[in-house]
Amino acid sequence: MNVAVAIDSVPQAALPSASEAGPAPKRIVVAYGFWIFLLSDIVMFAALFASYAVLVRATAGGPAGAQLFNQRTVAIETACLLVSSYTCGLMSLAISSRNRLGVYLGALVTFVLGATFLALEIREFASMIAIGATPERSAFLSAFFTLVGCHGLHVTLGLIWLVVMMVQVAVMGFVTSVQHRLLCFSLFWHALDIVWVGIFTVVYLMGVSP
Amino acid sequence: MTDARYDLAPGDIPSEEIQAWAPSGALIYTIGLLVALILTATSFWVANTSLLWPGGVGLGLAVLAVAQMGIHLVFFLHMTTGPDSTNNILALAFGLLIVFVVVAGTMWIMADMNQNMMMPPAAAMSMGIPR
Repeated sequence: MNVAVAIDSVPQAALPSASEAGPAPKRIVVAYGFWIFLLSDIVMFAALFASYAVLVRATAGGPAGAQLFNQRTVAIETACLLVSSYTCGLMSLAISSRNRLGVYLGALVTFVLGATFLALEIREFASMIAIGATPERSAFLSAFFTLVGCHGLHVTLGLIWLVVMMVQVAVMGFVTSVQHRLLCFSLFWHALDIVWVGIFTVVYLMGVSP
Repeated sequence: MTDARYDLAPGDIPSEEIQAWAPSGALIYTIGLLVALILTATSFWVANTSLLWPGGVGLGLAVLAVAQMGIHLVFFLHMTTGPDSTNNILALAFGLLIVFVVVAGTMWIMADMNQNMMMPPAAAMSMGIPR
């Protein structure tokens, strides 16, 4: 929608302006602060992407990406994370309609898909290390394990956070602070999926394509 | 929702006050999932097909990735161009600026250094640098 049209459709005189109305509600302040944190996190990933792009050819005679990456695994990982992002969105809809069963169900599916992603990634790392493609083998592998491992670490933290949030929902119910934390969690989970889009494109698909 | 002209919290779906016709939340997420799945499948096809000119595959993959990130921002994080989303968009724009400076700047500087620091053996010999 056009911005000007959207402004016109709000009755301007009926609303006090934000400068007269005092501080914004806490939900907006919390989510906006977390949004700033997520952007700084994405800037950190940008630095890791940049170092990977610089070092991708520095294989030091060791294996290159095309010999190491299994596209089937990557496709399953991508599907897991994408669908878990979707179920996380459905979970936030259940939160706003106070549907406790829906929240638990959404969280369960999100957790299982995220855990599947993590298990596949750990298996991939283990199979690479088993054939000698360890982080200390070459600069390319150092950059690869740093970038993909950092994303995997974020997913691990997200899964722990999700379990903690479900305990809080069970114990405290839908109080305001729990709702704010759940909003932050869904922002975090969606942002992780956006980072993964960059990883599967830059690392895996560009690595295997001729 | 709120009685003042506050911004929208990032991740919140815009209320119906602004949009004349508001689709349900589940429909927004489902559209996002379907479009993202199509783009992902296209990315995997582009990387594996032999029908395309190999020189353009990298660029095509980059375009598909940027498109999919945009889909995620709009359909999953509900970033809109509405007036109540201005602060979120501005923060995102600043973040993207830094991302661009870091990635493009690093690749440019490192490629430049790679080119200029490569010394042909003859030149190294005449400067007395042992190799």
